[in-house]
Amino acid sequence: MRLSDLPLRKAAHISEIDWSSLGEAEAKRLRELGFDEGVAIEALHSGSFFSRDPIAFRVGRMTVAIRRAQASAIRVALA
Amino acid sequence: MNPAPLVALVGNPNAGKSSLFNALTGARQKVGNYPGVTVERHSGRFALQDGRPVELVDLPGAYSLEPASPDEAVTRDVILGQQAGERLPAALIVVLDASNLDNHLRFAMQLIGLGLPIVIALNMIDLAKRDGLEIDTAVLARELGVPVIETVAVRRRGLEELKAALAEAVGDGTLKLRAGHGFVHEDLATVQRRARALAVKAIVSESPARRITHSLDGIALHPVFGPLILAGLLFVMFQAVFSWSQVPADWLQAQFDALGGWISATLPAGFVRSLLVEGVIAGVGAVVVFLPQILILFLFILILEASGYMVRAAFLMDRMMARVGLSGRAFIPLLSSFACAVPGIMATRTIDDPKDRLTTILIAPLMTCSARLPVYTLIISAFIPERAVVPGVGLQGLVLFCLYIAGVSGAFVAALVLRRTVTKGRGSGFMMEMPKYQWPRWQDVALGLVTRAQIFLKRAGTIILFTTVLLWALASFPQAPAGVKQSEYSVAGRIASGVETVVRPIGFNHDIALALIPAMAAREVAVSAIATVYAIDANGDAAASQQLETRLGAAWPLPTALAFLAWFVFAPQCISTIAVTRRETNGWKWPGFMVAYLFAVAYVAAGLTYWTATALGL
Repeated sequence: MRLSDLPLRKAAHISEIDWSSLGEAEAKRLRELGFDEGVAIEALHSGSFFSRDPIAFRVGRMTVAIRRAQASAIRVALA
Repeated sequence: MNPAPLVALVGNPNAGKSSLFNALTGARQKVGNYPGVTVERHSGRFALQDGRPVELVDLPGAYSLEPASPDEAVTRDVILGQQAGERLPAALIVVLDASNLDNHLRFAMQLIGLGLPIVIALNMIDLAKRDGLEIDTAVLARELGVPVIETVAVRRRGLEELKAALAEAVGDGTLKLRAGHGFVHEDLATVQRRARALAVKAIVSESPARRITHSLDGIALHPVFGPLILAGLLFVMFQAVFSWSQVPADWLQAQFDALGGWISATLPAGFVRSLLVEGVIAGVGAVVVFLPQILILFLFILILEASGYMVRAAFLMDRMMARVGLSGRAFIPLLSSFACAVPGIMATRTIDDPKDRLTTILIAPLMTCSARLPVYTLIISAFIPERAVVPGVGLQGLVLFCLYIAGVSGAFVAALVLRRTVTKGRGSGFMMEMPKYQWPRWQDVALGLVTRAQIFLKRAGTIILFTTVLLWALASFPQAPAGVKQSEYSVAGRIASGVETVVRPIGFNHDIALALIPAMAAREVAVSAIATVYAIDANGDAAASQQLETRLGAAWPLPTALAFLAWFVFAPQCISTIAVTRRETNGWKWPGFMVAYLFAVAYVAAGLTYWTATALGL
């Protein structure tokens, strides 16, 4: 499943990240924010009444917001 | 004598670095700049247990030694001893958020690899415990090979232990960076995995606990209530800027009036009295009365930032900003620009993508900064009648609100156009860590406000004083013969006549042309310039006692006044903004472009306003 399709408040972990589809700076920032294969992840909030973008995730112990487009480069498996 | 050893405070953003810095140095802080870059250098002093002074420098928060922004580059360069104007630190204090070890340990490990003496401050340990985390500090210290001290910076806990460990790390002050002082480049992913493995080892137990931040975010980021709360907060903020500032502003005005009156009564009429009363006091006083408004605005911004809410606001605004090609990150600099574009433009450094950042810089001056308030307030109270449109909503307030909206709409349209032309490119999106909520420490907020007040007063005391006095001189000489208006006969008047030919078509008169020139230095000077000119013209006249508003109302037609307001919504009249744009974009190209496009828009907007108002017969 793509991370962008992960329902809210379902425990999952990152199974694969398509680093090549991300820009270099983007990929680096994602890594720095703790995105990596095997890390536990959970979708917490998405967007507001205007749209469902961006999405806030709990990644490890951190809460990080990214956009749906970036989340679609990440594949997750439900725990 | 050798200078005190330098200790650098390093850590990820949101690790509580600045609180620790404030806790260690107290009010003994200095804000400077690194040469060549606009990164602020925050430094302070404190004494180790043995009485030795050390200088502590608070480096910008960074995620790694590979910089993604100018701020992070300074952090790396200082640590490696490559930053111009900074000596090599004798030791580092690395600040970690105890509840975010997995991530923060990575940067710490990179830093330890450099070989500088290091003390780790395991900060916000109380919050980690509150979240049910138990950390074995001894395991961390053993595995990392450096001392690890538990601290709670905001409660002043662990500071003595930290100083003791630091005294040992600094040693005799000889510098110990490894030969060649390059850092071993290790793949980010590898360090990250080592960091995670160590975090697992050091965390003894983790019990699920109620996370306050989580429940608060349930409300603050709620799809419906979230945006409503944000809108409500912004409304209260702008409301407060006007209603709370009334009393202190009136008080300040009274002080300046009293001072002017006292000098007029004490000194004999002549050159010195005219300079002091009409130049210095009328000019500087007209600007200083806005200090309360500026401080109230900054008070809100500082609290929103320190509490962690500002990032949530950015989250909520991201979608809207994306529509015009910006990211939610631009919201923070743009909101700060309502206070002043200079800190706003400096805050764009947190935007990673260079084109996003450039666009944000170029539109920041369109946010209605506090320096426009004096101009708006003066014109509105002179020309807009004080009556209610509907009960509770006054016409004057409504006009002011429209001016704010005009600025914001202008900014959005400008961003849309810029993103499709000069700053075309794919946006980098939006990635942001959302820190835990915390109560801002009032001492930290107060310290921030004092710094802002100092900067503003320094400006009033230098640039504004200088331009006002210069204008007074140019407007006072040569003395006009009887029957000729001083403001037209003087040197300034003759220069203004040149400007007037350009601005005549958009309805500007000679007084405005005269005010526009010194207002290049700072917008609020327009008010003091008009005040000075009328004070000189009125010299000794009965009209001198008249309010500036009353005199303006009689002298300018309404379309001219409205065009003047429209002009100030867009005109880039602020030397400081232009200068900071030059520094932030490394050259004259972008500030040049900014000034040109904003003047063009201002001219057209003022023209349209004037012609429309005239056609409507206002």
